Amino acid sequence: MLSIEAVIKPERVNQVSAALQEAGCKGFYYFNVTGQGGQGGVEVLVGRGGRTAGRSAVPKTLIRTIIDDSMKEAVVQAILNAARSPGEGEIGDGKIFVSEIKEAIRVRTGETGTDAI
Amino acid sequence: MDTGNTAWMLTASALVFFMTPGLALFYGGLVRAKNLVSTIMYSFTAIGVVSIVWVLWGYSLAFGEGNSLVGDLSHIGLRGIDYVPSADAAYPPLADVVFQMMFAIITPALITGAFVERFKFTTYLIFLVLWITIVYAPITHWVWGGGWISGLGEVGALDFAGGTVIHINAGIAAVAAALLVGKRRNPGVQSNNVPFVVLGAAILWFGWFGFNAGSALAADYVAVNAFLVTNLAAATAAITWGLVSQIRNGKMGAVGLATGAVAGLVAITPAAGAVGVMGAIAIGFGAGVLCYFAVALINARGLDDALDVFAVHGIGGIWGALATGIFTVSAMTGVPGVVEGSFDQLIVQAQAVLGTLAYSGIASYVILLVLDKIPGLGLRVSEAEEDQGLDLSVHGERAMVDDGAD
Repeated sequence: MLSIEAVIKPERVNQVSAALQEAGCKGFYYFNVTGQGGQGGVEVLVGRGGRTAGRSAVPKTLIRTIIDDSMKEAVVQAILNAARSPGEGEIGDGKIFVSEIKEAIRVRTGETGTDAI
Repeated sequence: MDTGNTAWMLTASALVFFMTPGLALFYGGLVRAKNLVSTIMYSFTAIGVVSIVWVLWGYSLAFGEGNSLVGDLSHIGLRGIDYVPSADAAYPPLADVVFQMMFAIITPALITGAFVERFKFTTYLIFLVLWITIVYAPITHWVWGGGWISGLGEVGALDFAGGTVIHINAGIAAVAAALLVGKRRNPGVQSNNVPFVVLGAAILWFGWFGFNAGSALAADYVAVNAFLVTNLAAATAAITWGLVSQIRNGKMGAVGLATGAVAGLVAITPAAGAVGVMGAIAIGFGAGVLCYFAVALINARGLDDALDVFAVHGIGGIWGALATGIFTVSAMTGVPGVVEGSFDQLIVQAQAVLGTLAYSGIASYVILLVLDKIPGLGLRVSEAEEDQGLDLSVHGERAMVDDGAD
């Protein structure tokens, strides 16, 4: 089993959700996070606007799904297609991280492994 | 000079003023969280821009003598408006300037509900100046400044507190704006902050006591009746809207209840000096039902009037104007309505509605069309700005910042 975590632009969460479902993901969850990547933050007004713009952390959405190994290519491709800005993409479109999951257990039945996801 | 009247006019003016920040919260709660600051800014900047335009030339164009279509520039910069009132004045002339200023402020702010989440802010500032000058001031003149609507029929069209001037006017301008600015790229499904929506609607309701009861222009029994019927119409429309939702969906939501209250307030606005409590309940009930279905119908038509300005203010305003002709009683206004067997006043009311719809719709459309074509202006933000949200991309601010996220 694999964990797929994608940090994406918040405005693309609807497209990415739809793409994940289309790729066969039964479940996923996401939450709004704030952080900083290659672009070095987002431009904001400082305080009451009396000073020049400063930089602040960027709003992002972290979306995560646990899948069977066989689905990796399809799911990664689905996220790439849905999260990339039109054309060549843009800095800030996000990143995808793939990691191993040792075990999954369904609370209701006690099923384990792929049956539980 | 009557100090009681003066005290009430100032109080009522402050109440009407408070409606615009209330509207900012009402609209702000309805949009996506990334556009909350932007939505509030549309309303709040109207206070700044319109206040200045109003004293420089807006008041004069609305209330200067002029002709039947528009006032004149005789009171530019409030020239010729007496500082010291005459001994028998009901209140100082400047109180009228102040009271009317608050109405001028909220009207364009109402329109912004149609184009939130995508309208270019700098163009909006220019739009405010042009719209108050070309659309709002003339229509105010028609109804309250001695223009053609005040000369219709026996007593003119009845518009106690601005159903045509404010609500039908803003409602049809909202349609023009929604048509020209186009649909949002990615509209949200739910409101970002329901307590803001309810608080905003409550502030609007509270301020509306000044709007309607203040329009009696005196601290008298007419004001008291206006206060009472305003509350009743809002209450009835809110509960009606909620019940329709409960029957159709099995659920009653706070956003619907708040919107229903606003629809009721809109509808009673022209009638607040013309009906008693039974008329107010009828008007509130009609507003709840009509505006509820107008929202569904207009959304289904594909017009992205984002916050249902036409469904609530346009349809609610038209219903209120016509209902005034239906339910008015001659004991209060000197003319009989349909309930007393005469259709004459209803026809007068319909003429006022059609005149306002036609002029405001066309003039607002032309103003926005011109602004769209001027290089460097345009009506719409870029796709990237819209996607990021106008709070950060246009204003460089976020509505809420979590600790550690700055």
